[in-house]
Amino acid sequence: MSEEFVQAVASARAMGQRLSIVGAGSKSGLTGNESSAEGRLLSTVEHTGIVDYRPDELVVTVRSGTPLKELNQALVREGQMLGFEPPEYRGLGTVGGAVAAGIAGPGRPWRGGARDAVLGVRMINGQAERLNFGGQVMKNVAGFDVSRLQAGAYGMLGLLLEVSLKVLPLPQAEQTLALEVSAEDAHARMLEWALKPYPITATAWLDGVLHVRLSGAEAAVNATAMIIGGQVRPDNGFWQALRDHSLSFFRSGTIACRQLAPASPLLPEDELIEWNGARRWSRANSGTGGYRVFGAGYAQHRCRDGGGDPAIAEYQARIKAAFDPDNLFNPELTDADVAA
Amino acid sequence: MSEPDNQQLDNPYGRRDVAPEALARALKKLRARLPKHCLLTEPRALKPFESDGLTAIREVPWLVALPETAEQVAEVLAVCREEGVPVVPRGAGTGLSGGARPLSDGVLLGLSRLNQILEIDLANSAARVQPGVRNLAISEAVAEHGLYYAPDPSSQIACSIGGNVAENAGGVHCLKYGLTVNNVLGLKVLTLAGDELMIGGPGGDPQSLDLLALFCGSEGLLGVVTEVWVRLLPTPPERRVLLAAFPTVEGAAESVAAIIGRGLIPAGLEMMDTPAIRAAEAFVQAGYPTDAGAILLCELDGVPAEVESDVAMVVRVFQEFGAGDVQIASSAEEQARLWLGRKAAFPAVGRLSPDYYCMDGTIPRSRVAEVLGQISALSEQYGLAVANVFHAGDGNLHPLILYDANEQFGADILAACVAAGGTVTGEHGVGIEKLDAMCGQFSQAELEQFFRLRSAFDPDGLMNPGKAIPTLTRCSEIGGMHVHEGRLPFPNLERF
Repeated sequence: MSEEFVQAVASARAMGQRLSIVGAGSKSGLTGNESSAEGRLLSTVEHTGIVDYRPDELVVTVRSGTPLKELNQALVREGQMLGFEPPEYRGLGTVGGAVAAGIAGPGRPWRGGARDAVLGVRMINGQAERLNFGGQVMKNVAGFDVSRLQAGAYGMLGLLLEVSLKVLPLPQAEQTLALEVSAEDAHARMLEWALKPYPITATAWLDGVLHVRLSGAEAAVNATAMIIGGQVRPDNGFWQALRDHSLSFFRSGTIACRQLAPASPLLPEDELIEWNGARRWSRANSGTGGYRVFGAGYAQHRCRDGGGDPAIAEYQARIKAAFDPDNLFNPELTDADVAA
Repeated sequence: MSEPDNQQLDNPYGRRDVAPEALARALKKLRARLPKHCLLTEPRALKPFESDGLTAIREVPWLVALPETAEQVAEVLAVCREEGVPVVPRGAGTGLSGGARPLSDGVLLGLSRLNQILEIDLANSAARVQPGVRNLAISEAVAEHGLYYAPDPSSQIACSIGGNVAENAGGVHCLKYGLTVNNVLGLKVLTLAGDELMIGGPGGDPQSLDLLALFCGSEGLLGVVTEVWVRLLPTPPERRVLLAAFPTVEGAAESVAAIIGRGLIPAGLEMMDTPAIRAAEAFVQAGYPTDAGAILLCELDGVPAEVESDVAMVVRVFQEFGAGDVQIASSAEEQARLWLGRKAAFPAVGRLSPDYYCMDGTIPRSRVAEVLGQISALSEQYGLAVANVFHAGDGNLHPLILYDANEQFGADILAACVAAGGTVTGEHGVGIEKLDAMCGQFSQAELEQFFRLRSAFDPDGLMNPGKAIPTLTRCSEIGGMHVHEGRLPFPNLERF
C-alpha cells in the first residue's frame, strides 16, 4: 500500500497537482470541509492495522489509517492507553489524524501531548521519498526530531504511513470528584493543586462544577480524594465525553478555544476551563482575547494559533519547503496557516 | 540551499576552510562589538576549550567568545554570518559525543556566562532561565517551594540547561518523567540570520509546527538558545530505592519487562553487569553483591500509599525472576549509598583502564539479554573488556569499553543496536563521535532531508558544521548508506 502512496505523490508532483491528505474526515470541520479541499484527495483509510505492539516495551506501531477506536481497544485489552487521549470523534478518527492534528485530551498537562507520545514515523515527503525517523525506543537523539515535528503539522510536511507511539499503563484505580464552585474558585484550586504531589490527571470546570480526575494506586487515589473533597461521581464518563468533544457544550453552536499560561486571568467567556487553566473554551464567539473561532457544530481543536509572529511563520514556511518544496500537501492549510 | 555533497570540500567536516583574511576581519569586528574580557584568543586561554566531555577528540578553537548578554550573542552570530566563520555553541562542555568540539577556524561560543535564573513563576509551575544555568541549580532554586526540574543527566551538577536542550538530555529518571523535550515549555533562540524566535512558553506550544520539539536535540545546528522555560514538578513526598541481585542478566532483564508489563513505571530502573558491579564495589564500597550476574536498582516515588504498594509489587517480581537478596532503602542516607555505586560506575571503570569509551546505543527492552550476549561475544573477539551500565527501563545501554585505541568494537556494538531495532544514541547525541554510525541508521534520502531542514535555519551551514549529521560523501567513503561494516570509522581523527 505504501508503494501506491509513493506513486500517487510522485505523479501528483509530476503533473503539478496538489494533494489533500485525509483520514476518515472526522476533523474536517477544522481543516476546512473536504468539499473545500483544493487538492486531489489522498486517503489513508485503507491503510490500516497495528504493525507491532509489545506491551512490555510500552510502544505500539500503527498504520496511519487505523481507526483510533480500534487502537484504543487493543491497548485496553493489555491494560494500556494513549497518554494524550486524542478524541475519537464518534469513533471515526484515525491514528494518523490524531497525530497529525496533535489534539490532546483532558490529561495533557500530566501525561503529555501527541508530540510527547510520538517516538517514530514512517512518512512520504513532497519529493515522493519514503522516510523513516525516530524508532520504537523511548530515547533516541539520532538526527533532528522529525517524528515529533509531525505531531500537529496537519500533514503539511508529508503523508504519515506509520507512527510509533509511547503508551502508558492504565491506572490501577481512577476516581472522579465533582465540586460545586465558581470559575474563579475552580481556577485558584487548580493552580494550588498543581504545586502539590497529588495523583491528579485531569481538571475541568464547566457549568459551575469542577471535575477532578485522580488516577493511580487505589490507596493513593482514596487518600487524595479525602483531601480534595467534593462528591464522588459514579463513573468516569465525563472525561471520555470531554475527550471526544461530545459533551452537550460542544454541540451548542460555534465554539472557540484558546491555549495559554494556566494562571492567566479568567475572562467572562471562559465557559469550559481545563488543563489547570491552560485550555479554555467559549461559545461567546467574541473573537477576542486570543480565542480562535471555528465553524458551527465543531469543537475546534486548533487552539494553537500561529500567534501572528512573522519570524516564526517565516521559519515554519521554510520547514514546509524543506519537506515539500512544491507545496503539494494540504494547500488549504498551508495557505491559511503557514504562509506569511 | 547548501548541498554540501555537491561542493568540492576542503576538509572532512563538509565545508571549506575559512580564509585567513575573513578571520582577520571577523576578529576586528568582534573586538569592536564585544568587551575585551569576553573574547579569548591566547593559545593558553584557548586550550581548556579544545574538547568537551569526549576528550579523545580535540581541536584548539580559533577564538572563544564568552558573551554576558543575549545581545552580545547576537553580535557574535552577526559577525560570523558576515564573514562566513563557523560557530560552535558550547554549554558546560560536559557532552559525551563531541558536539561542542571546536574548530580551528571557527568561533567557540560559550554560553556559560548567561547563567541567571530570570524568573520563578510559581503560578504557572515554570521557571525562565538563561542557557548557562546548571541543571541542578534549577532544582536547588525551587526546592523551597516543594518543586524540582525532573530531567537529571548524571552530569547534572555541572551540565547546563542550554546544553540539555541541544542534546535532548535524559537521565536516570526519564523513564517516568520524560526527556528534556518533555520538560521544556518554551525557548528563546537566535538564528544565524539574526532572527530572535520566541517558541512556546508556559502556556504550552502555540505554533502550528512544533519548533520546540525540533530544537530539542538539534545539537546547536539550528540556532543558539538564549532563554529556556522549564516545567517544574512537585517533589514526590516519598521515595524508596531497591537493589536486587540476580544470578544472570536474563533474570534481571525479565524482571524489567515484567514490572513495566504489569503496569508500573518506576522513577528509575538501572542495571549493572558483573564487571560493572565489581568495578563500582572496588571503588566506592556501596555494598553491592560482587558475585551477582547482574543487579537492578529500582527507584519508586509518589505519595506514601502509592509507594508502599509499588514496593510490594516490585519485590514480588524480583523474587519471581530469581533475585536473591533484595535491599530496600527508605532513608536518604541508605538510598544515597545504593545509588553511589551506579553513579560512580564510570569513574570506577576508569580506574581499571587508562581510557574507556562510553557507548549510548538504545534498543527495545525485549532485546536486552540478546544484545548483551552479542556485546560479550564482541568483547572476546576484540580482546577488550567491557562493563555494562545502563538505563534498563528504557533500553538505553551504556557499555563502557576498556580500550586501547580500538574503535571498531564500538562501531560493531552500535550496528548491533540498530539491527535490534534501536538507535545509535539514546541521550548523548551524535556530535562528531557517532557520525559514521548515523550512516548505518539513515538512508541517503533521510540524511538529505536532515540537511534541507538545517538549511531552513542556516542556509550557509555555519552553525556547528560537521556535527550530528554525516555528509553523504562521508557515508559513501565508509562504504555507503546502511552498510554496517564500514571499515574506516573516524578516518580523519588521529586517535580514538
